[in-house]
Amino acid sequence: MSTLQLTGVTRRFGGLTAVDDVTMTIEPGEIVGLIGPNGAGKTTIVNLVTGVFKPSTGTIRFDGRRIDGRKPHQISRLGVARTYQVVQPFPDMTVLENVMAPATFAARAPGVQAARTAAMECLEFVGLAPSQGLLASELTLAGRKRLELAKSLAMHPKVLLLDEVNAGLNPAEIDTALELIRAISARGVTIVIIEHLMKVVLSLCSRILVLHHGALIAEGSPQAITRDERVIRAYLGDRYADRTTAAGGANGHG
Amino acid sequence: MIRLVLGVAVVGGAAAVPLVADNYLLRLGTMLAMYAVLAQSWNIIGGYAGYPSFATAAFFGLGAYAGALLQGAGAPMPLAWAFACVVAAAFAALLGSAILHLKGHYFAIASLVVAEVLLEITTSWTSLTGGGMGLNLPILRIPVDAQARLFYWSMLALAVASFVMAWLVARGRIGFALRCIKQNEDAAAMVGIDTTFTKVVAFVLSALFVGGAGAMYASWVFYIEPPDVYAVLTSVKPIVMTLLGGAGTLFGPIIGAVLFLIMEETVWRTFLSVHAAVLGLIIVALIFFLPHGVLGLVKRRRPAAPTAGHGSAGQEPANRGGGA
Repeated sequence: MSTLQLTGVTRRFGGLTAVDDVTMTIEPGEIVGLIGPNGAGKTTIVNLVTGVFKPSTGTIRFDGRRIDGRKPHQISRLGVARTYQVVQPFPDMTVLENVMAPATFAARAPGVQAARTAAMECLEFVGLAPSQGLLASELTLAGRKRLELAKSLAMHPKVLLLDEVNAGLNPAEIDTALELIRAISARGVTIVIIEHLMKVVLSLCSRILVLHHGALIAEGSPQAITRDERVIRAYLGDRYADRTTAAGGANGHG
Repeated sequence: MIRLVLGVAVVGGAAAVPLVADNYLLRLGTMLAMYAVLAQSWNIIGGYAGYPSFATAAFFGLGAYAGALLQGAGAPMPLAWAFACVVAAAFAALLGSAILHLKGHYFAIASLVVAEVLLEITTSWTSLTGGGMGLNLPILRIPVDAQARLFYWSMLALAVASFVMAWLVARGRIGFALRCIKQNEDAAAMVGIDTTFTKVVAFVLSALFVGGAGAMYASWVFYIEPPDVYAVLTSVKPIVMTLLGGAGTLFGPIIGAVLFLIMEETVWRTFLSVHAAVLGLIIVALIFFLPHGVLGLVKRRRPAAPTAGHGSAGQEPANRGGGA
C-alpha cells in the first residue's frame, strides 16, 4: 500500500489554480524529491497533505485512509509530519520544550517524563542536545532548521514532508543536513523533500516529481529528470531548451 | 510539600481575617477575593492562550442575573451560585465556538460587544429581568456582621477554587497546549494540538467562576441592575490586574488584584472627585514601565512544559554555555 496517494488533486484560490489535477503516489521508505520553479504549487501540495487546505477536487490517502478534509492536528497524529519553509518554532520556549510539544500531543506520550525522554532522543539525533536549555529564539537559522527536524521526528512520523529545509544554509551546514536526512530515512521514515538546490535533490532522491504551473510535468529518476526536455523548458526557458535539443540532435547524428 | 503547607497557611490566615477585621475591611477583603477570581479566570484565556478577551463583564452579568433569578424563584443561595457557574460556562462554550477563530484585535472587539448585547437584552426583557428597574434579591435574615463574614468566606472559597483551577491548567497538558497556541497557533496545530477545542476549553474555564462571582456579588449587594453588572470596567479591571502582576503566571493575577485594590482604594479616598482619571494615569504608567508585570521584575526562565516529573532545572545552566 502506498504511503501517500494523491488522486486528481486540484486546489483553486479564486481564479488561480495552484495545484492542477495532480496524481502521484509515494511508496513506503522512499525519498522523493518534489521540484519546480517558484510558484509551481509545491508548498500548496504540502499544505493539502497536512490538512491546512482542503483540495477543491480529488482525494488524498495516507496508508490507504482518506485524509483530505481532516484537520491538521488529526493528520499529524496519524503520522504525517512537516517542516516549514519559514521555520515555525515556539520562540519563548526552550529547545527541549519545543520538541516536547509534538512528543506530548502528536505522539501522545503518556507523561511528562516520557515526553522529555522522547524529546531528548530527537534532540540528540539532530545534534541539538547541548542547546536544550536555550530559547528557540536564541538559535541560529541552521539551529532552528534542525529544531524543526527534531520537532517533526518527535511526532513519530511515517512520512516527513521537508519544505526547503536547506534554504539559507551554507554548504557545510547543508552537508550536515543531508547526512541527517539520510539517517532519518534509514529509520524507515518516508521522505518527501521540496528543494531548489539540485545538489541536494540529486544526491538524496531515488525519484523526482516535477511541478510546473501546478501540474505534474515529469516524474522519474534523477538522471532521467535532468535530461527531460519539459523540465529543462520549465526551468531554463524555451530558447535554451531548443538550443540543447538542437545540439543534442547534432551530436546524435555526428 | 512546603508549598502546600504555605498555601494552607495563607488560606487559613485569610479565612481568619474576620476575627480581627471590621466590616469595612471585610468588604475590601470580599472585593479582593472577587477581583482575584476575575483576574485568575481572565489569565487562562488572556494570559496563557494569549486571546485578549473582553467578555468578563458578559460572564459576570450573566452569572449575576442567572443567580438572582434562581434565588428569586426560591432556590437556596449556594444552588443559585452553582447554577450561575454552569450558565456562564455553557454560554462561553457557545460564544467561544463562534468567535475564537478570530485573532488579536478582532477577537477583542468581538468579545467586547457581547456584554453590550447582553446588557440590551437584559434591559429590554422587562418581564423576566425587571429591565432598567433592576432586580431585588431576597434579603438574608441574619445579622449584618454574619452577612459580611458569610460573603467574605464564600468569595474567598471561590478565589481558592479558581486558583486551584489555574494551577491544574498551568501544570497540565492543557496549559502546555495553550502556551504553544499563544506562541504559534499554526505550529501548535501541526504538532498535534486540537487548537479549536483547547481554546474553547480555556474560554469555558475563564467563564466558569466569573459566573459564580457574579451571582455571589448579586446575593451580596441584594440589588442588581444591567449597567452595574455588565459594566465595561468589569472586563477591563481583570486585564489590568493580570498585566500588573504578570500575565501567564500563577501568582501574577493575585498580586495584581492586591495592588489594584490598594491603588483603587487609596486613590478613591484621596482624589474623590477625579479618582478615575488618576487611577487611569497610574495604570498607564505602570503598564508602560512594567510591561511584564511585577513578577517580570523577578523573572526566571519559567518552564513552559508541564513540570510534574523530576525537574531538569539543575542541568539547565550548565547546558546554556555549551549551546551558545
